[in-house]
Amino acid sequence: MTDPDIPSAYLRDKRTPPPSREELRARIPGWGADLDPADRPSYPKLQYPADTGAHWDFPERQPGSEGREHSIEHAFVTPVFGTAQPLHGLSGAIRRYAYARFSEGRLAHWLLLIVGDRVEAWGSTLRSFASGRPVPPATGLETEFTRGGLRSRRGRSDVRHQLLDPVVVAGPWVAGAGAAVLGVRKVLRSVRG
Amino acid sequence: MRAMVYRGPYKVRVEDKDVPSIEHPNDAIVRVTLAAICGSDLHLYHGLMPDTRIGHTFGHEFIGVVEQVGPSVQNLQVGDRVMVPFNVFCGSCWYCARGLYSNCHNVNPNATAVGGIYGYSHTTGGYDGGQSQYVRVPFADVGPVRIPDWMHDEDAVCLTDAAATGYFGAQLGEIAEGDTVVVLGAGPVGLVAAQSAWLMGAGRVIVVDHLAERLEKARTMAYAETIDYDEVDDVVVEMKKQTDYLGADVVIEAAGAEADGNFLQQVTGTKLKLQGGSPVALNWAIDGVRKGGTVSVVGAYGPIPNAVKFGDALNKGLTLRMNQTPVKRQWPRMFEHVRNGHLTPREVVTHRFPLEEIAEAYHVFSAKLDGCIKPVIVPDAA
Repeated sequence: MTDPDIPSAYLRDKRTPPPSREELRARIPGWGADLDPADRPSYPKLQYPADTGAHWDFPERQPGSEGREHSIEHAFVTPVFGTAQPLHGLSGAIRRYAYARFSEGRLAHWLLLIVGDRVEAWGSTLRSFASGRPVPPATGLETEFTRGGLRSRRGRSDVRHQLLDPVVVAGPWVAGAGAAVLGVRKVLRSVRG
Repeated sequence: MRAMVYRGPYKVRVEDKDVPSIEHPNDAIVRVTLAAICGSDLHLYHGLMPDTRIGHTFGHEFIGVVEQVGPSVQNLQVGDRVMVPFNVFCGSCWYCARGLYSNCHNVNPNATAVGGIYGYSHTTGGYDGGQSQYVRVPFADVGPVRIPDWMHDEDAVCLTDAAATGYFGAQLGEIAEGDTVVVLGAGPVGLVAAQSAWLMGAGRVIVVDHLAERLEKARTMAYAETIDYDEVDDVVVEMKKQTDYLGADVVIEAAGAEADGNFLQQVTGTKLKLQGGSPVALNWAIDGVRKGGTVSVVGAYGPIPNAVKFGDALNKGLTLRMNQTPVKRQWPRMFEHVRNGHLTPREVVTHRFPLEEIAEAYHVFSAKLDGCIKPVIVPDAA
């Protein structure tokens, strides 16, 4: 007789067998409906030939691929592609370089794309001031008052890192404002003398 | 038209944009009647996904009405009510021909490691998404499906990603009869994964999260046991204790890149962007599964490397299975399960916002205010 204090992991079989089929079927709607692994939609992993509705061997090529950026792990711009937000400006040059120079396997590829993202975001924010419709540091914050910001967070462990969100969101603005003040002071001092 | 527009990390709003046009003979233009915000949209919203461009419209979960079709479209007609898988896929490349629709090679010039996804940055192809009044749908003969008359719109929109991903995640777990299955994350994907685990014969389903309303939903919707990781000292030890020190037979990681539970991983992964997200749940999965067990990963991560405990996975002899979901492949069986009540995706929907309140919707969902589990967006509600 095995010592009842020894857990299953140290023995040949689980000490507590799973509930019976009848018990599970009575308690759980549909229990066992997909019991047979071979009858599940994702089995086998490769299902050839899949019935997809495609009536082409290779899709007709979408016009406008000339000059579009693409991964250098691709042989060409794929026959269909998104045309939203084409590359432009400094951020576009950074992103184009990332695509043209580095494969997806290189960290530089992704870091340059993130640099491009931040450059574009900063430029967009600055332009928004001129547009008369500035984008605030974060949006939707009024829901903190209308949707129970304090109540919803009570007792949650993620509050610890959510406290960093204002730093992450407003930090670049504060740093930018500080740099601007220092720059202006330096210019004024040099002008005065 | 009115559309959600990304203006930088933590900044979205609704702006006027041009109505999309037919750009390829097999395109359709769909008027969106219902969209949803996915947990993975928050990765874009927080600036985690490389090449997320200013002006981009998010949204890969949407249903709508066909407004226009290209000249080669045969299977859809103007006026059809359709649900659109989040995958953009051609149906004819090496991968699609084998059913790997999420890995299509003909739709995403920007990367080979991921297929095409609506409204999910240029890293997934540069397609504007469905959190808008209209959206371009490439390969209209391949992706969209007419919504069955009996199907509720909120079930349909959940089936375009979250529900299909939960069901797929359970399949990746290769669940055998009687298995103990742990689901990490009680968001929409995790809740449906927990329901699905029972369909595949699980003997026990345990859901781990720390938000009370989500754990309650796991108990009522998915008949699961729950662990609140805020209430235990070490969730991995708790998983071991609850499984008689074996570990779970299968762990389904349904949390993804913004998983909480480890301050250092959260800060380096999601605040400082030094990793492709916070792999807390992935590491819990590796540590919490039994030796020789299976970890199914359907939580989304970015392309930048993560601090993952791969040595433990090796030493434990684990099977790691993962993919973006080939959604359409799941649908015929899932439609049956939804119709007969075995899967109840729309139970996860807690909030409904008009499109004009998209900024509010994102903040509520991101900060998990007001018990929000799944927000849907109604373009014409204003």
